[in-house]
Amino acid sequence: MTSPEAPLATKEAAVRLQDVARIYRAGDVEVPALRGISIDIPYHRFSMVIGASGSGKSTLLNLIGCIDAPSRGAVEVCGQAIGDLDDDRLADFRALNIGFIFQTFSLVPVLSAYENVEYPLLLLGTPEPERRRRTNDVIDAVGLSAYAHRRPNELSGGQRQRVAIARALVKAPQLVLADEPTASLDSETGAAIIELMHRVQAQSRTTFVFATHDPQLMSAADEIFVIRDGTLIEHRHGRGVQ
Amino acid sequence: MNLLFKIAARNILRNSRRSVMTGSAVAAGAIAMLLFGGFVLYIFSGLETSNVQRVGHLSVFRTGYFLFGSGNPAAYGIDDYERVMQIIAADEVIRPRLNVLTPTQSLVGIAGNFSDGNEASKTFLGLGIIPSARDRMRQWDERRTGNTFKPDHRLSDDDETRGLIGVGMARILGLCGPLQLRGCPAAPARAAEGVPAKRRDDLVGLAQLEASPTAAKKPTAPHLELLGATAGGAPNVVSLSVAGAEPQGVRELDDNYIAMHLGLAQQLVYGRGEHKVTGIVLQLHRTEDMPVVRARLEKLIVDDHLDLDVRDFLDLSPFYVQVRAMFGAIFVFISMVMGVIVLFAVVNTMTMNVMERTNEIGTIRAMGVRRRGVRMQFILEGALIGAIGATAGALFALGVAMLVNSAGLTWIPPGNSSPTPFKVDLLNHPLLGASTWIVLTFVAMAAAVIPANRAARLSVVDALRHV
Repeated sequence: MTSPEAPLATKEAAVRLQDVARIYRAGDVEVPALRGISIDIPYHRFSMVIGASGSGKSTLLNLIGCIDAPSRGAVEVCGQAIGDLDDDRLADFRALNIGFIFQTFSLVPVLSAYENVEYPLLLLGTPEPERRRRTNDVIDAVGLSAYAHRRPNELSGGQRQRVAIARALVKAPQLVLADEPTASLDSETGAAIIELMHRVQAQSRTTFVFATHDPQLMSAADEIFVIRDGTLIEHRHGRGVQ
Repeated sequence: MNLLFKIAARNILRNSRRSVMTGSAVAAGAIAMLLFGGFVLYIFSGLETSNVQRVGHLSVFRTGYFLFGSGNPAAYGIDDYERVMQIIAADEVIRPRLNVLTPTQSLVGIAGNFSDGNEASKTFLGLGIIPSARDRMRQWDERRTGNTFKPDHRLSDDDETRGLIGVGMARILGLCGPLQLRGCPAAPARAAEGVPAKRRDDLVGLAQLEASPTAAKKPTAPHLELLGATAGGAPNVVSLSVAGAEPQGVRELDDNYIAMHLGLAQQLVYGRGEHKVTGIVLQLHRTEDMPVVRARLEKLIVDDHLDLDVRDFLDLSPFYVQVRAMFGAIFVFISMVMGVIVLFAVVNTMTMNVMERTNEIGTIRAMGVRRRGVRMQFILEGALIGAIGATAGALFALGVAMLVNSAGLTWIPPGNSSPTPFKVDLLNHPLLGASTWIVLTFVAMAAAVIPANRAARLSVVDALRHV
């Protein structure tokens, strides 16, 4: 266990937050979601941000995912200082480096499973033969080859989340962020999804960062960051630590 | 782009009911614009055709005639007009474009019917023409309106005595009976009462004195005595054998119109002096050649030092120009109304689309789609709805137009005296269809810009939270 206020002394951190605060405003009222957090998240690990509802873990993930900006402090993702990028370059950065897995799957409803998975590669302008190969490979890896041409509404919750995982992984990003990825699934399906992500992470060595309060997920984590009231209160190492 | 198109098309199909409603608004706009536009263009074609058949494309007058000549046509005769016509006909620019080249003589005077107990007379507006040239001019139908005339055998190049009058003039001068005109009432008997016999004798006597060799034969058909002043100011009278009457659309013209052989008109206006004409009419094969030929005519006039002026049928027929302007304004107004309806329909639909797909917008933004990409997505959807609606509307309008055109409907347009076909001319005006399609698609696309901008400006985090 390390001090919650001291970042890891990792030279190669996938994510580095320094004194990051995020304050929302509701009229004249300021609501602090994060209160000066500093974290280093290492590469190639299965890291987890846990905390109660409203603790600020989703906000933290949004900042790491470059879809939100801190009110104070610096965010560095994969060696890139996020504050230096304008909106378009942020979008390009996300397209290249970050994969997202959302609680509600968030698939494009009018696209088939295959097309949803292919989408990130189209954004990157990947040539067609390679795009097809990589899409098929990752769909195969998540066990959805038989369902590739079904639309999301023709898939079960577990299958949809597998599509979302495949979509996040297909471009081989440096970082995959998952916000409560099993929250919409039953425990059996959730366990299968965790096992799948863990296996994929082990194979691809992709850095995974989760926000969750699911004990099943926590059992699989390499790093656990515990947040309460917008503050990092604990950082634990080691897989299987409860 | 393929992905954007695919998503746009599938979203349109996904929200089929809403898309059908919006597309229907666009289609209704297209139908209204095309049917009215097709009808208006048919009217324009018909008016152009009737004007060109009547006055040709271009007319050459003596300088000043156009503004002042109608009060005294004889004073504006073109000297040596046959030489002028030869110059025109021989010109290598004009010749291949020329369909008919013919002289005309305008004249004014008093027409009297003193036969069979009639004692009626009235002023007239006369036009001297070459009958065969008139027949050829009335065959002109570049716009394929079908409004051509059969050769009129009532007039002949070989008989200078014959002429045609307006139905109104026939009525006023008591010729409805002799000419057997249907719907033309005979003059009451009292009309002849109290008219001094001396006047009749004067006119008849003048006619006998001035009778030309060609008019020497006693006319057997109903005839009129035409009294005019020669170019020298002397009174002159000729006899016109009335071969028939033709309605002239506008009542004022119908009551005063006389068409006669050029020779007879010249005899009345110029007597035994040099015969001139007031106009040389050029009818071209194609209206689009008018500017070229006009420019060429003006050059010839300058080069040959001729005291002449060129006018086109737009100058001579202000009514045609006014009708075009009026229908054009109505078409623009209808198009604007339809455009506003389409605008609001598409804005409404796209706004709902943006609201319903807020989470999807957040997702694709998180995945790396730029704001511009989101904007393009919704604009493309708007354009696609517009294109589909406009295409459906255009096809429907085409079907309706074919139905209307085959129904054999007729109407009497302003300025016409006889029924003409009621048609919606779409097939001959592909530009109307294309421009309507483009305008409506563009309006639909433009209507999507506001919702698309709203979608593009959404905060990614807020969009992802949206349920």
